[in-house]
Amino acid sequence: MTSALEARGLTKQYGRRAAALRDCAFRLPTGRICALVGPNGAGKSTLLALAAGLLRPTGGTVRVLGTDPASAREKVAYVAQDKPLYPQLTVAETLRMGRELNPGRWDADTADRIVAAGKLDPSARVRTLSGGQRTRVALALALGKRPELLLLDEPMADLDPLARHQLMGTLMADAAERGTSVVMSSHILGELEGACDFLLLVDGGRVRLGGAIDDILGAHTLLTGPVADLAPHTVVESRVTGRQLTALVRHDGPVDPTSWHTTEPSLEELVLAHLRSPEAPALLTPSADRTVGA
Amino acid sequence: MVAYRIDRRSGVATYLQIVQQTKQALRLGLLEPGDKLPTAREVVEATAINPNTVLKAYRELEREGLVEARRGLGTFVRKTLGSAPADSPLRGELADWAARARAAGLERDDVTALFTSVLEQLYEGDDS
Repeated sequence: MTSALEARGLTKQYGRRAAALRDCAFRLPTGRICALVGPNGAGKSTLLALAAGLLRPTGGTVRVLGTDPASAREKVAYVAQDKPLYPQLTVAETLRMGRELNPGRWDADTADRIVAAGKLDPSARVRTLSGGQRTRVALALALGKRPELLLLDEPMADLDPLARHQLMGTLMADAAERGTSVVMSSHILGELEGACDFLLLVDGGRVRLGGAIDDILGAHTLLTGPVADLAPHTVVESRVTGRQLTALVRHDGPVDPTSWHTTEPSLEELVLAHLRSPEAPALLTPSADRTVGA
Repeated sequence: MVAYRIDRRSGVATYLQIVQQTKQALRLGLLEPGDKLPTAREVVEATAINPNTVLKAYRELEREGLVEARRGLGTFVRKTLGSAPADSPLRGELADWAARARAAGLERDDVTALFTSVLEQLYEGDDS
């Protein structure tokens, strides 16, 4: 089975600074909507730019749709964080550019619909648009290309809540109809929860969590109860208040329900616990592990 | 046709919300056998949730025998649930009762508590 993305020992160092990405290995199956999360400076944008073929790794490899990033370019759409567009072109000219640069692929209906839903004047120059309106035009270009893999760096940051909901709906509809694989970065989890079914948590240049969100959540338990040894479970984070212990564990076998009150963590609780505990071991579930079954 | 409303803060898994809302529509007679459920595309476009979540909900409804997927056509209602359509006499009696409760000075929460306690007594031991 081809992967949408597959990284092996992927490393990127800018000059003499500490590596932005260090020895990353993971696999993203096709047809998934992947949340790429992590704090500022974690390496999310670097990872996306490497996948888009705009950066070259200093070590390791990244495979995109079963090939190298340059060969996959026709099937990949990438929207960078600053939504680069030609400021002197009008909205209509920008869409025409999309059509002419993507002969045989261009979906004018989709692109026009996205722009029209934002009530943009086709004759307005890109430089006169607001940040959110530019995002809309950039997403219209990206989806008009009918990509197999869509790489979006902080796609929703500039959008008002209504436009955010609407464009997320448009993205999901595209994925439902064509099976598009999507990778979306954000540090606002609420934006991605619900829309995404796959998670890559990048922190300090490393992939800390990778896999189907249901699998990752199911591998962890949030427990409260009396202070006690939590072995054999792996403790991600624990806190003691008086006689009460609250812990997020990666369980090894069932957690004894008679001594602890247990619940499954939310995605936000899980991610925050990992970010607060840099020493917690990484977890790749089988669907994200390129050494399993591949 | 039904429109799903997803509440992210309810603590109920999203696919279950779709299952529950479909069953609710079946109970109220808003969906009848032969009716078509919205396509995954239509649901996700309106709600911005993951397409696989909708498919999971529809598979669950299919497993319970409530709907069937017809290849290339969509997902259709197979049977209805309960026997209390929105305009049934039972609903009318309940509406009368609720109006009397209100006239007697009961607050909304009092009415809910009363109704729930009667239900619990009546259906005690049933597994649904």
